[in-house]
Amino acid sequence: MILLSILLFKTGLAFTLFLITLGIAAYSTYFERKVAAFMQDRVGPNRAGPLGLLQPIADGVKMIFKEEHRPTGSNRILFILGPSIAMLTALMTTAVVPWGKTITIGGTAYSLQVADINVGILYVFGVVSLGVYGILIGGWSSNNKYSLLGAVRASSQMISYELAMGLSIIPIILGSSSLQLSDIVVSQYEVWNIFKYPLGFLIFLICAFAETNRTPFDLPECETELVGGYHTEYTSMKLGFFLFSEYVNMFASSAVISTLFFGGYHFPGMSLLPEGIAAILGIAVLFGKIIFFIFFFMWIRWTIPRFRYDQLMRLGWQVLMPMAILLIVIYGAIFSFI
Amino acid sequence: MQLTNRSKQVSNKEMTFSERMYLPAIAGGLRVTFSHMFKKSATVQYPEQVREHSAVFRGQHVLKRDAEGRENCTACGLCAVACPAEAITIEAAERQKGEEHLYREEKYAAVYDINMLRCIFCGLCEEACPKDAIYLTDRIVTSNYERADFIFHKEDLVEAVALEGRIDITKRKKDK
Repeated sequence: MILLSILLFKTGLAFTLFLITLGIAAYSTYFERKVAAFMQDRVGPNRAGPLGLLQPIADGVKMIFKEEHRPTGSNRILFILGPSIAMLTALMTTAVVPWGKTITIGGTAYSLQVADINVGILYVFGVVSLGVYGILIGGWSSNNKYSLLGAVRASSQMISYELAMGLSIIPIILGSSSLQLSDIVVSQYEVWNIFKYPLGFLIFLICAFAETNRTPFDLPECETELVGGYHTEYTSMKLGFFLFSEYVNMFASSAVISTLFFGGYHFPGMSLLPEGIAAILGIAVLFGKIIFFIFFFMWIRWTIPRFRYDQLMRLGWQVLMPMAILLIVIYGAIFSFI
Repeated sequence: MQLTNRSKQVSNKEMTFSERMYLPAIAGGLRVTFSHMFKKSATVQYPEQVREHSAVFRGQHVLKRDAEGRENCTACGLCAVACPAEAITIEAAERQKGEEHLYREEKYAAVYDINMLRCIFCGLCEEACPKDAIYLTDRIVTSNYERADFIFHKEDLVEAVALEGRIDITKRKKDK
């Protein structure tokens, strides 16, 4: 009975999470355009519905009704597989993020986490690194030189920055002595990790931009050089999946950043409130943090230009990687001697 | 020789550590973009809001009628001759008995077409007209889906007979 109720709860949670992720990603596209417009002293989309709020729906409908086109000489199966993998892996990431405190109803504890696996962080990195296959397969199977260049750039960029990203969180794992995301969140009950590991956060943030292919590291798309990069040949909803997966990725990495560095669902003064209210407020606070980081992604995009390719590689391998390794040594020394 | 006082001495010095980090510069940039979020937008919401035209704006043509509602144009063809873009086509016809209330003089334009894609809105037709018949107005020629729709025929150009349908060209007249 208890097992069944937990199973039902998890299914419901996964489904809700799926809807929320898609909803937030859809409205991120609207939000992105609005933010861009405001930063450039424009108005942004305001025709579809009040304040243009129906714009994502209009965009989606437009995408669906576009002509489906496949270039000659492209690999049929891989061409469809590319965007599917990109979308699938983007949606899988948030499964391990703890969305709130464990809720107890009728003596049964329901954790607001789809899967509380003991290697949570490794799962996130595994899924994120699978994401590159979507882009690589999509770009390669298009039979187009620009797509291929975009795909090659994407894969080398993501592989380079994954290293620094993975190294930058090792101090956190040392500090909380667990790979489980729920444990990492609980360990931030008093002090958020951002205050303990500011440099680690900086490295992680920069790598997150590279991993989600956002400006200043959007070289795989790079309209000015590569037409559309890896998705040059894509049309209709297949293109939509690629573009959409970028926004889902943004949501996922914002969630991971909030969880790892900004205390997840914790907020100052949480212990003063009664437990039930604190748990519900915690969920809202976590989403607030996520939305802030989504805004931050956009804020950066409309502020700074794209890196050159050699600058990107130099930053990844010669600056971020050594810095992350140095941090591991320093924090390792601190944790073992104090 | 110094042409302006705005020239700057260019230096090729090594960047300092903080410059090489980029982060202070990025923070400065973020401040600039964030401050712009609260500035007034420069957008004019076009179909609802229209920016005021300059007094000498030359837009869509109008064929004027006189005070009694008769067409001024006598199809003399001077406008078509003056037109540098050869956008105007006129075919003349003789006024019949009983049409005196329609046309002011014995000859009138049976066909008066202006190709708005050829027209350069220079206003030479207006200057050439001896009969005060053609004027450029402050109306904008709207977009169309077909090329043929850009050829404005006489019924598109002549103003209405009713006084409230007349098009005000006093600004252009003052100019002359």
